[in-house]
Amino acid sequence: MEHTVVSSSKFNAWFGDNHVVKDVSIAIEKNQVIAVMGPSGCGKTTFLRCINRMHELIPGATAKGSLKLYDDEVYQMNAIYVRYKIGMVFQRPNPFPNLSIYDNVIAGYKLNGLKMPKADFDNIVEKSLTSAALWKEVKDSLHKKGTFLSGGQQQRLCIARAIAMEPEVILFDEPTSALDPISTSSVEQLFHELKENYTLIIVTHNMQQAARVSDKTAFFYMGELVEFDDTKQMFTAPSDVRTQNYITGRFS
Amino acid sequence: MKIRNTKSTLFKGLIVFLAFLITIPLIIVLLYIIKQGVMQVNWHFLTHVPAPVGEPGGGIANALVGSIIMVGIAAVIAIPVGILSGIYLSENPSTKLAYYSGLCVDILQGVPSIVIGIVVYLWVVKPAGTFSAIAGSVALAIMMLPIVIRSTEQTLRLLPPSLKEAALSLGVPYHRVIIKVIVPCGFSGILSGIMLSVARIIGETAPLLFTALGNSFLSYSLKKPMESLPHLIYTYATSPYDDWHNLAWGASFILLMFVLILNITTKLITRKWNIQL
Repeated sequence: MEHTVVSSSKFNAWFGDNHVVKDVSIAIEKNQVIAVMGPSGCGKTTFLRCINRMHELIPGATAKGSLKLYDDEVYQMNAIYVRYKIGMVFQRPNPFPNLSIYDNVIAGYKLNGLKMPKADFDNIVEKSLTSAALWKEVKDSLHKKGTFLSGGQQQRLCIARAIAMEPEVILFDEPTSALDPISTSSVEQLFHELKENYTLIIVTHNMQQAARVSDKTAFFYMGELVEFDDTKQMFTAPSDVRTQNYITGRFS
Repeated sequence: MKIRNTKSTLFKGLIVFLAFLITIPLIIVLLYIIKQGVMQVNWHFLTHVPAPVGEPGGGIANALVGSIIMVGIAAVIAIPVGILSGIYLSENPSTKLAYYSGLCVDILQGVPSIVIGIVVYLWVVKPAGTFSAIAGSVALAIMMLPIVIRSTEQTLRLLPPSLKEAALSLGVPYHRVIIKVIVPCGFSGILSGIMLSVARIIGETAPLLFTALGNSFLSYSLKKPMESLPHLIYTYATSPYDDWHNLAWGASFILLMFVLILNITTKLITRKWNIQL
């Protein structure tokens, strides 16, 4: 499978003694939208945060096993480089409150001290904001603070900030759980457009959302990857009884 | 029912009255010092050193310059150390070092200023063999440190962790996250802590008694004794001469203005530059 972007085999993660991700093996292909779902505390967010090495920032957090970006072991690469290549969008919109909309988009360059001609930055800003479906709304107020935007716009700004770095993969940690339905649908709309160029991995609590936006769905339960299949297959004829119970709402 | 309402009204009246009452001491002090001091202040007063007894005129130039120099050097010492330790305390709150270091900061804040003066006397003045401005600055810097550390720590702790995650997820190295994101976002809080600590130490007399001593002449040398506003007030107010009393009143007025301006600027800074999270 030469199109595999992110893959893991027998990957484990812990918080102290708490074994939260157990022997997860998965292969994620390029330009797909992957939904990761499961009940609270099932390890899905932890697994997501391992992919760009954010997991280890929490004191006591450890991980073991193979996790690859293309052919390179993520845990042997420089964490900073991994995070360049794998962007992340968080549950709550978190634009930098001290920066303007413009600077927020290029924050990845600015904060790393990378210099470029202004025209190049202008270009990146316009392209990223256009990809994040935000350009039309903010093009006249690029130098206002990012925190003046609405919640949904802030989240799209955060997506633009991740896109600006041109990563291979973008991770979304429940990206719409703090948004209203209209903002949610505009972000979901975005996923369809973004998969042209990126691979998206989306953790979500919302099963309808998983069904609407994803090509493939992974179901986590008690730290294990129970099932990973085409979304359609998963929601119509799941092969594992636990998946079926979750989808039909027997437990949550 | 009626009694309950009355009680409520009485209670409300009481807290309003007390809130009003606490402004009175400040107003009285302010009015009295302005009344006594404002007449003394003019350009001559600010630019001349005190005149000998019996001679008219004379000013507080030596104390004004001395206070500014010593507080300035104290700030240069205390601000970087204070901010950096504050960052450590807010970033690593659960380490042993943070616990003990935080404890020391709290105790340091409670150490009487005269004790700090004595300690600096033993550390700096005795080995050097002379009272000096630099010794005064060291004493003031020690007074300033805990305020800067605590205000930095508390400001930074209020910042949401999501802010740091946002920066780290973009591949920004830790030191740049602190310098470019965390500190700028807490800037108004850190700056107001610095301003308040300056307002606090500019009026300190006790730590200067054994360190900078005092000097009736204008001196710019850091290795020699130096006059300061509070020390000038102390010496001249306790003298038996009316001329010198007036000088002390004038100096009090200037000192009070300094503190007032610093406090008001702090309020303005926190209001203006406060970053909406």
